[in-house]
Amino acid sequence: MSVLAKPRKTLTLARQEIRDGLWLLAPSMLVILIITVLPVIFTLVLSFFDTPLSNPVPRDFVGFGNYLEFLSSQQFWQAIWRTLYFTLVSVGLELVLGLGIALLIHARPPGWNFLRTSLIIPWAVPTVVNGAMWRWIYNADYGALNGVLLSLGIIEKYQAWMIDPIVAMNLVIVADIWHSVPFIAIILQAALAGIPVELEEAAAVDGANAFQRFLLIRLPLLQPAILVALVVRTVEAFRVFDIIYVITSGGPAFGTVTISYLTYLESFTYGHLGSGSALSFLISAFTLVMALVYIKILYRPENRA
Amino acid sequence: MKRIHGVLSVLLVAIFLIGAAGCASQPQADGPKTLRVLAMQQAGPTPDEMNAIVAKFNAANPNVTVEIEYVSYDALHDKIATAMSTTPPAYDIVLVDDIWYAEFAANEYLLDVTDRLDANMKTNIFDSAWAITTVNGKTYGMPWLLDAKYFYYNEAILKEAGFDAPPTTWEELVAMGQVIKEKGLVEYPIAWSWAQAEAAICDFVTLLEGNGGKLVDEAGKPIFNNELGVKTLQWMVDSVESGVSNPASITYVEEDVRNVFSQGKAAFASNWLYMYELAALNAEESQVTGQVKMALMPVFEAGKAAGVQSATINGSMGFSVVGKSANPDAAWEFVKFLTSEEIQKEYAAHLLPVWANNYEGDALTALEALNPATPATVPMFKEQIPFSKVRPKVPYYSEGSKALQLALQEALTGQKTAQQALDDAAAVWVELGAK
Repeated sequence: MSVLAKPRKTLTLARQEIRDGLWLLAPSMLVILIITVLPVIFTLVLSFFDTPLSNPVPRDFVGFGNYLEFLSSQQFWQAIWRTLYFTLVSVGLELVLGLGIALLIHARPPGWNFLRTSLIIPWAVPTVVNGAMWRWIYNADYGALNGVLLSLGIIEKYQAWMIDPIVAMNLVIVADIWHSVPFIAIILQAALAGIPVELEEAAAVDGANAFQRFLLIRLPLLQPAILVALVVRTVEAFRVFDIIYVITSGGPAFGTVTISYLTYLESFTYGHLGSGSALSFLISAFTLVMALVYIKILYRPENRA
Repeated sequence: MKRIHGVLSVLLVAIFLIGAAGCASQPQADGPKTLRVLAMQQAGPTPDEMNAIVAKFNAANPNVTVEIEYVSYDALHDKIATAMSTTPPAYDIVLVDDIWYAEFAANEYLLDVTDRLDANMKTNIFDSAWAITTVNGKTYGMPWLLDAKYFYYNEAILKEAGFDAPPTTWEELVAMGQVIKEKGLVEYPIAWSWAQAEAAICDFVTLLEGNGGKLVDEAGKPIFNNELGVKTLQWMVDSVESGVSNPASITYVEEDVRNVFSQGKAAFASNWLYMYELAALNAEESQVTGQVKMALMPVFEAGKAAGVQSATINGSMGFSVVGKSANPDAAWEFVKFLTSEEIQKEYAAHLLPVWANNYEGDALTALEALNPATPATVPMFKEQIPFSKVRPKVPYYSEGSKALQLALQEALTGQKTAQQALDDAAAVWVELGAK
């Protein structure tokens, strides 16, 4: 009687595999916990305190004080607008140029293989090296930009390009585009290669011209790849720091101080780790909103691969 | 199978934990010690000379290994500040700029060495040098690099323009600059380091003090937005507009100024002492060797009328032992050795001594004959250093300086008037002081 009432102790095969799997995952989960989750939680805690960098332990609790201080400060919103400008212009142009290059490679003109390989070079250059290179290109006294424009007769004498905050921002964007276009081009080129030729051939037979075929066949089929490239690049561009640190150090007149650069100034130059942490979380919040917007707009069920 | 999995994962965790523990091994109390030093790339002895000094130190202290890491000046402050939040800190000895001592002392980063100084040090090192490493009567390190900005001019360009002597006032410089421009000798007669960096504050203080002004008053309140401050900044803006100052100055730090001047693209420049040897004597670095001269830093007519003979920025640095260092005694020994009279005398080629007795009698003759640069740099140092002005020793200096850098750049890029920009920066200083 009682023997029958007791459930069997042996687990089903599936359950046993799950349990073994968890055991095997435990070490890597522990690593992730230590190097990712704990610092994030610690940063969150710090952001509610007035924490100096010299002694990074939570001391004076200020609640949302750090957050409110930034949300009401002009400098913060100026940095946000600058960052949004940087993100929109650089990612927008990168997408257009990247798509153009991807289509060019896909058409397989003579030398396309060389083109595809050499495309990797700007992307493979470390950002700091890239920044140092463009800083020299923009140099007022012996920069290549001045040299090229002068020999083309576009300018009459060498110009100091980086003395205007708006020009400086746009030139930093150019440097960022040069670095990141290959990433988008490679992703889109791979996606293009996956589109069946039959679809286009059928459309061509039905009388669709090249532009219609691009707009109605290729573009919709590229959407998932575009989404991936956009999300990755937008998040990256929104957190831009290194290229700005190297080319302009935030100058002139704070004209290239983006939100990440402000976080750096706040945390390490001014030594306010608490408000720096709060800024980091504000950046995360903005990034999350942007990612959600993208997913809402572009990630429709029919796009699911 | 299940058991093997369990054992395996426990094993992996154990390996991970052992690995993590291995990273945190502590230095031994006795036996070989390693001192990690954070220094700067820009001025002072070359890395080869520093290595030679370390080798000498090792002759007397064979069980101490000294590792020196060099960074650029603009990275130094933040590198120290981040290193200090860990225990044990990444460095035992750090090179500290004059303007950071108040902040670092307030944060207890540095070892208080007031009681470790001997009588010889106290009497024979310049008082102005002790002022660098001393905050509120406590000394936090040994002065090491005594520097100021010097006025450089290209004698050949001046002669061609018809001038026999360098300007003594900034007004004179502008007039001479106009002639040099008109004759087409150089396009922009003077180059400055007005980038959004500490370098801009150095040039601003030089000009402001030459106008009879100051950054802060006796009580530490900002007064750089008074009439003198506004006039000084307005002069900077005007000099860019008239093309006497190179407009790219807004993007320059000291090295850019040196490059422009060394290419013969400027007739005047303001820079630290290190530029003399590179621009005047080093043909690999300069196209104007033999044409470079130094003169006392000019002042404004108004400053001259008020009795200011010359004014420049004091940009000195000291070596300090990190408070949390595991080997404070060994570190202090090395700092003492590095700044000792004997070593400073021997390695004076790129760094003039902080010891006053090195500038008297035979020592002075020896110092002037040390290398091709010293016959010019040593007398100039003696003449200019008394007119060098230190920046305010306030714990919020880094943040205050950033606000002032922004103000200078806002005025120079035409975003705000000089008055508005300086008023806004002064408001930030007042707020920082009240915190």
